[in-house]
Amino acid sequence: MMAELRYLPDVVTLRLDDAKCTGCGMCLSVCPHAVFELENGRARIADRDACMECGACARNCPAEALSVRSGVGCATSVIIGALRRSQRDCDCSGSSPCCG
Amino acid sequence: MERPRRVTCCCSAPAKGANVEARPGPGPAENEGTSHWGDRHWVEGSLGTPCGEVPRVSTALRAADRLGAWRVRWGISRMRYTVAPGLYAVGRPTADSPVLVSANYKLSFDQLRSQLAGLDAWILVLDTRGINVWCAAGKGTFGTDEIVRRIEAVGLAEVVSHRVLVVPQLGGPGVAAHEVKRRSGFRVQYGPVRAQDLPAFLAAGMKATPDMRRVRFRLRDRAAVVPVELVWSARYALLIAAGFLLLAGLGPDGYSWTRLAGVGLRSAAMILGAWAGSTVLTPVLLPWLPGRALSAKGAWLGLVFLLGILASAWLHPAVWDTWFSLAAWCLLVPTVASFMAMNFTGATTYTSLSGVRREMRVAVPLQAAAAVVGVALWLIGRFV
Repeated sequence: MMAELRYLPDVVTLRLDDAKCTGCGMCLSVCPHAVFELENGRARIADRDACMECGACARNCPAEALSVRSGVGCATSVIIGALRRSQRDCDCSGSSPCCG
Repeated sequence: MERPRRVTCCCSAPAKGANVEARPGPGPAENEGTSHWGDRHWVEGSLGTPCGEVPRVSTALRAADRLGAWRVRWGISRMRYTVAPGLYAVGRPTADSPVLVSANYKLSFDQLRSQLAGLDAWILVLDTRGINVWCAAGKGTFGTDEIVRRIEAVGLAEVVSHRVLVVPQLGGPGVAAHEVKRRSGFRVQYGPVRAQDLPAFLAAGMKATPDMRRVRFRLRDRAAVVPVELVWSARYALLIAAGFLLLAGLGPDGYSWTRLAGVGLRSAAMILGAWAGSTVLTPVLLPWLPGRALSAKGAWLGLVFLLGILASAWLHPAVWDTWFSLAAWCLLVPTVASFMAMNFTGATTYTSLSGVRREMRVAVPLQAAAAVVGVALWLIGRFV
């Protein structure tokens, strides 16, 4: 088994408000990169740098304890967004391969 | 056309303004299921429900399905490879059978049904405009609103007696489970990331192992996205290569077709080689290339290409018309490789938007500077 692919450290915008967390564990279910752990009945960010900011945890947190500036980590869409001087938008309807 | 007769038990009053037509049954409208390449050969028959007939789908993939998958992997009519949204049956499902939610991209639908041999289940296909689950979830088309709307449109509450939906985990970015529950009464149970784990997930009483919850990016996953990466970027690579080809004719003595055929073709080949090499090898070698930023991984790959160029310059000095050209390619080849690798971030399963922005803040100015200097050196090389 090869080493796990890791992206840049200390960049992600994921935040967890401990006071609001009810320990329901939903974030553990939806996170595709095992960022969270349950500890003493509360969620904990165990591996922040593995987060890809997909936003599934924040969307599914009934206590609204999680926040993340979610988006698609796609250089092409960042470039297209900059060229159009508009909001970044992954243009899956065109020929761009993001979301392939 | 005669308006379909409403069945009273279901399909009652879709939300106002919702994009659903009144239908006689929970199944998809008949004329919708045909993608432009073909028949609905994967429909084996139909199954009666309290809300009408539902298509029964095969769990076996045929040659036509594999050909279709191959074509969309190469970017051919990818956006029209759809199935009709609605309810489908696999096996002989009853009111107690699980409901599996999917997207109306046929590749997603095929991957799901092909894993369900021997199972009895319902498939609820959402209208994601032909986009796969994860990407549609990111856009919100695979989302809370569409799930709630589709549950009502097919009359799901009449078809099944339980109130559980198995939603693929990668639908999570678009679906708020607690809101689906509040608005429809159905509890969202997130299923495994990969459809192939569904039988084990269902057999375990809808329990996912930690491994089922992890997204991977194995060699086969990375290789699968190479063709579409090549296809979408080819037009730009060919345009730039054509630019070098035509400009190569320039010289102190005017325009020369001999130079175009010599230096021009070699220059075009350098661009296309760096482009294709990086586009194919970055995904394949991803875990083994040094660095974390993809632009850095690509630059390393470009340096390896450079070793080949320098070796050729040493073995066949005549190939390199001037030192300026050689210096130009020493800059341009790693730059092209780095740029293509950076754009692969959109196809990976682990890069965050914040990370992409961070690496672009460093990489794009460097790439731009190297490209400008490289092209300038190459142009100077035409005139000395």
